[in-house]
Amino acid sequence: MSYTGERLKIVVRNLNVYYGKTQALKDVSLDVQANKVTAVIGPSGCGKSTFIRTLNRMNDIIPGTRVEGKITLEGQDIYGNNVSAVEVRRRVGMVFQKSNPFPKSIFENVAYGLRINGLITRESGSLRERIEKALADAALWDEVKDRLNTSAFELSIGQQQRLCIARALAIEPEVILFDEPCSALDPIATAKIEDLLRDLKSKYTIVIVTHSMQQAARVSDLTGFFLLGEMVEYGLTSEIFSRPKDKRTEDYITGRFG
Amino acid sequence: MWASGLTVLAILLVITGFVVIRGIGAIDLEFISAMPIAGGREGGILPMIVGTLCIIAISTIVATPIAVASGIYLTEYAGTHPLSKIVTFGAEWLAGIPSIIFGLFGFAFFVVLLEWGFSILSGGMILACMILNETIRTTQEAIKAVPGSYREASYALGATKWQTVSRVVLPSAAPGILTGVILGIGRAAGETAALMLTAGSFMALPTSLFSSVRPMSLHVYLLAIAEIHPGAVARAFGTATLLILTVLIANLSSRAIKNYYTRGLRQER
Ligand SMILES: Nc1ncnc2c1ncn2[C@@H]1O[C@H](COP(=O)(O)OP(=O)(O)O)[C@@H](O)[C@H]1O
Ligand SMILES: [Mg+2]
Repeated sequence: MSYTGERLKIVVRNLNVYYGKTQALKDVSLDVQANKVTAVIGPSGCGKSTFIRTLNRMNDIIPGTRVEGKITLEGQDIYGNNVSAVEVRRRVGMVFQKSNPFPKSIFENVAYGLRINGLITRESGSLRERIEKALADAALWDEVKDRLNTSAFELSIGQQQRLCIARALAIEPEVILFDEPCSALDPIATAKIEDLLRDLKSKYTIVIVTHSMQQAARVSDLTGFFLLGEMVEYGLTSEIFSRPKDKRTEDYITGRFG
Repeated sequence: MWASGLTVLAILLVITGFVVIRGIGAIDLEFISAMPIAGGREGGILPMIVGTLCIIAISTIVATPIAVASGIYLTEYAGTHPLSKIVTFGAEWLAGIPSIIFGLFGFAFFVVLLEWGFSILSGGMILACMILNETIRTTQEAIKAVPGSYREASYALGATKWQTVSRVVLPSAAPGILTGVILGIGRAAGETAALMLTAGSFMALPTSLFSSVRPMSLHVYLLAIAEIHPGAVARAFGTATLLILTVLIANLSSRAIKNYYTRGLRQER
């Protein structure tokens, strides 16, 4: 389903994903609009994680995964022969369900992506500035600026998750994928991340998986509802939640199952 | 269950207790810092300590990089490649070979064929072969214990496999690998038969890698089989006690590192 007049960032067509013999996604087609927040909702096990992990080829690292169909990023087929997964992930960042900072200092966690991608120039201060900017964009700078060299594990879980966001922002991707980023967080930490998502969309295209319909309603512009590996319905969040077209969507959002 | 545990504990205490009680009296500053006199029946064991340390150093320096590289290859790259099975089988098989056969090979190959003679180098090389399997195994275990979420985080930032392995996986696995290396050192310290045929039994301080030395373990053996002499017996037990302490320290420190490390990992999840 496409919305004319909007710029498309990612176009997914007839996507089928298999783990060995089991099919996790069935013929999914969806357009991700640039500088919007797209939410993916649905009951546990319906293929939400599988779906967003195809957008940055993270499923490639799971042996036995097979992807059929076509996904383009700015018109380029990300599963094309001349495209490497490394290049795709450099452009499409990801924040995971469980915060997963490296066992390194706060500073080095954010510096990691810059270092491996050779994004550090020789001018002095440049690395520090980029790290400060990433931490500030992730609304974490004020809380950590005096202890950049302490271990990331000394942060609270909510701060760790924002550190992971800063780490993803540092390399300035075009798209950022969030896979249930708040599922381990308390309401206050969740609210901070939701505020952040609204701020980030001016610069980035965001896709977020959430099992919380309230969260989808609060942060997203568009919502896709997945069920048993199929995408049942996709449209403006306001419409999905007020006038769902499909009976199954209606049942899910009114809490009749899921 | 606990009866068998008690039996093990009793055997351990009796053996080590017996040796340590008879040996501890012989250990003083002079014992570890003086040259031996009269074939070791009098004086100290300085050259044996130095010889043992040199051989351990060579074997560790040679075995560690090979073992770590194999461990990384097997866990990260080999996948189901047939070579992986061959390497694993080969390393396990190597570990099962009696040490005197290592000695025989070392003698024929390093000592005679390569003309290294009875030397620190010959002994160190043969010990390196002997500790390879265990170090490969600990490296593999340490790498497998690194949480998958670290790898995911690294890949998601556009890292290549090698960047992920070298910058995230290996640093996280390093304490575990160190544990294996230290255990290897403990094992190397006690090896006797293979060294008899490769390092020789010369009692002077070594001057080069090609010097023959008498490792502590071999010294214990040679003193014990010599004619009964109170000085020799006391020094055999003294040397044995030092070896036991070395192995104990190696085991305790590797355990301490492992505990510290796994505690760290748990907190990280
Ligand atoms: N690595 C995997 N191997 C095999 N099956 C998997 C794997 N990951 C997910 N699945 C299966 O694929 C389906 C979709 O899973 P997932 O995408 O994780 O769902 P969700 O994120 O919506 O909870 C589930 O049935 C799950 O059991
Ligand atoms: Mg999921």
